[in-house]
Amino acid sequence: MVRALELEGVTTVFGYPGAAICPFYDALLDSPIHHVLTRNEQGAAHAASGYARAGHTTGVCIATSGPGATNLITGIATAYMDSIPMVAITGQVASDLIGSDSFQEADITGATSPFTKHNYLINSADELPRVFREAFYLAASGRPGPVLIDVPVDIQSEMLEFIRPESVELPGYQPKLKPEPEQMLDLRKLLAESQRPVVCAGGGVISAGASEPLQQLIDKWQIPVITTMMGIGSVPADHPRYLGTMGSHGVFAANFALHHADCLILLGARVGNRAMGSATAIARRAKVVHIDIDPAELGKNIRPHLAINADLRQVIAELLTEKPAADWQDWLTETDRLRTQQRTRWPCAVMSDHTISPPHLLERLGSKAPADTILTTEVGQNQIWAANHYPIRQAGTFISSGGMGTMGYGLPAALGAQCACPERQVISISGDGSLQMSLQELGTIRQQRLPVRIILLNNSRLGMVHEIQSLKYNQRYSQVFLEENPDFSLLAAAYGFQYEQISQNGQIDSALDHLLTAEGPFFLECVVDPHEPTLYPIAKEETP
Amino acid sequence: MKPYHLSVLVNNHAGLLAKVAGLFSRRHFNIDSLAVGVAETPGQSRMTIVVNGDEQMVEQVVRQLDKLIDVLEIEVLPDQQSVQRELLLIKMSASPETRSEILQVAEIFRAHIVDVSHDSLTLEVTGQADKIAAFLNLLQPLGIRQVIRTGTVAIRRS
Repeated sequence: MVRALELEGVTTVFGYPGAAICPFYDALLDSPIHHVLTRNEQGAAHAASGYARAGHTTGVCIATSGPGATNLITGIATAYMDSIPMVAITGQVASDLIGSDSFQEADITGATSPFTKHNYLINSADELPRVFREAFYLAASGRPGPVLIDVPVDIQSEMLEFIRPESVELPGYQPKLKPEPEQMLDLRKLLAESQRPVVCAGGGVISAGASEPLQQLIDKWQIPVITTMMGIGSVPADHPRYLGTMGSHGVFAANFALHHADCLILLGARVGNRAMGSATAIARRAKVVHIDIDPAELGKNIRPHLAINADLRQVIAELLTEKPAADWQDWLTETDRLRTQQRTRWPCAVMSDHTISPPHLLERLGSKAPADTILTTEVGQNQIWAANHYPIRQAGTFISSGGMGTMGYGLPAALGAQCACPERQVISISGDGSLQMSLQELGTIRQQRLPVRIILLNNSRLGMVHEIQSLKYNQRYSQVFLEENPDFSLLAAAYGFQYEQISQNGQIDSALDHLLTAEGPFFLECVVDPHEPTLYPIAKEETP
Repeated sequence: MKPYHLSVLVNNHAGLLAKVAGLFSRRHFNIDSLAVGVAETPGQSRMTIVVNGDEQMVEQVVRQLDKLIDVLEIEVLPDQQSVQRELLLIKMSASPETRSEILQVAEIFRAHIVDVSHDSLTLEVTGQADKIAAFLNLLQPLGIRQVIRTGTVAIRRS
């Protein structure tokens, strides 16, 4: 198994040992593979995800049987929803004990089948070379996703001559890569007839490595582009044609374009309810072209006028050959105006001299941090602020749990990203709720001597739920207060982080300078007003 | 809403049936019946799945099933160009008064008597869904003790 990982080019893995995976861990001692010991198996899965996303590779996580394996599930499900290539390896009780409810036995292939692209329960050591080869191929090809391999402990100790199969034979798995020429003609025809086209880039653009070709297309065609949250980074935030993120927590310009387009080109976006809650209404107004490598996404949440099942890179390469003859000038003028208005609006509802404005902080961070800085987020208000106010300039540098919305993702994802990119700035944006869901991973960061930066937006509550309860539940706040939070300065000291706390907007610049220039890990705590919202009311006169 | 017959060729792996069944339940697809048995090629099975839904839903079912790595081929069988059969075993209470009527119904439907006792008759019948339904309907007042059905299997006509 260790040999299989080496032959797949794996250099770093994340995991947590236990009795049922001990033969593997014993062999790992003799391998150059670097193992990162997390503090919880869920952290290993999230770290592998962060590693995969930052390093554009397949992440590997390892756990023992029973609770070790079940602890991975949230991480696996998170990776599945966001189509992250990952191979999870779990130990299983000995073959002859399976089914007897033995100590630390769990049916992990059964439990993860809704959340994995595929999974395997190994019956014999002979299967291992083929299964590892297939697992890495499946995880990274087509629509990427997690694959789990469950290996009984006795099989881990068997001897075999390891020969990596040259190729994989999976007749039931043939991702379609090339678009049909007639469909490309239809697409060109729709674009030529359109007056208000919009390209919507989803996470698929990033996983397909199609971000640069997409930018070329946008530059060449001069067509407005919006992104889903997972698509952030597929176009640089400062690109003149980029209108921002769409959806319930997106920005006005992007949602305006989405709702007023007459031709919507969805690229690797799965039309999730948070991004496109009104998919049916949009499809009534606009000709929808849905392009995805996963045919099951086509027609699932929206009925497109044209559905193209293909690899985005190939579709974009084909489109780049010729610009459609259409005049979109009026539409460009209109979207440009909205975009400019958006940039000049001061997005801060609470101006106070004893709290930090998260939008302002994130904009300042964006102007100071290098373009290749990797930002991870948790889930909650911190995620929305980061998505809307930090200017992401490169694909794969915004690492956030989009589909699953997993709190506790950002910190382990940051440590994984830092392992993949040791020379780059990795900043974990978090709230006081979500930070404490994976708090134990501070220990992993310390042990690995990773210079991860944490920016804690502390409003002493579960801010997003608080905001929902404020808007929809008559301000009846139920179980959202975290007023007995620990003293984060002591916590930072305990784990060897430099620490600074700020509570005035005037302190932001110097604190960020300290954070960005610190040698080792840095913990910046920002006191945030509990009523600072993520949804800003739009004044009447701003609506065109 | 109408029944669609899907013929699905799969690799004969332990756990695959659970994956298919799990997919139907978690995506809220209505499954009427599922019959599975080994296919002509060793190591492969063929399932006939009857799904109740509209065209859009069946399209989703097919695409989601197709994502399973061990699913090799899926065919939505057209009603007119396929043969559909189900096998039913039914155990009837048979008193001196009802016995002859049960036998009459059995004859009309070309059912076989597969077991007889002093107070019961077990019949076997094959046919399409509507024939099975009519058969059951006629036997209903005569005292059904137990019904067991295979679910529909279907094959495309040449």
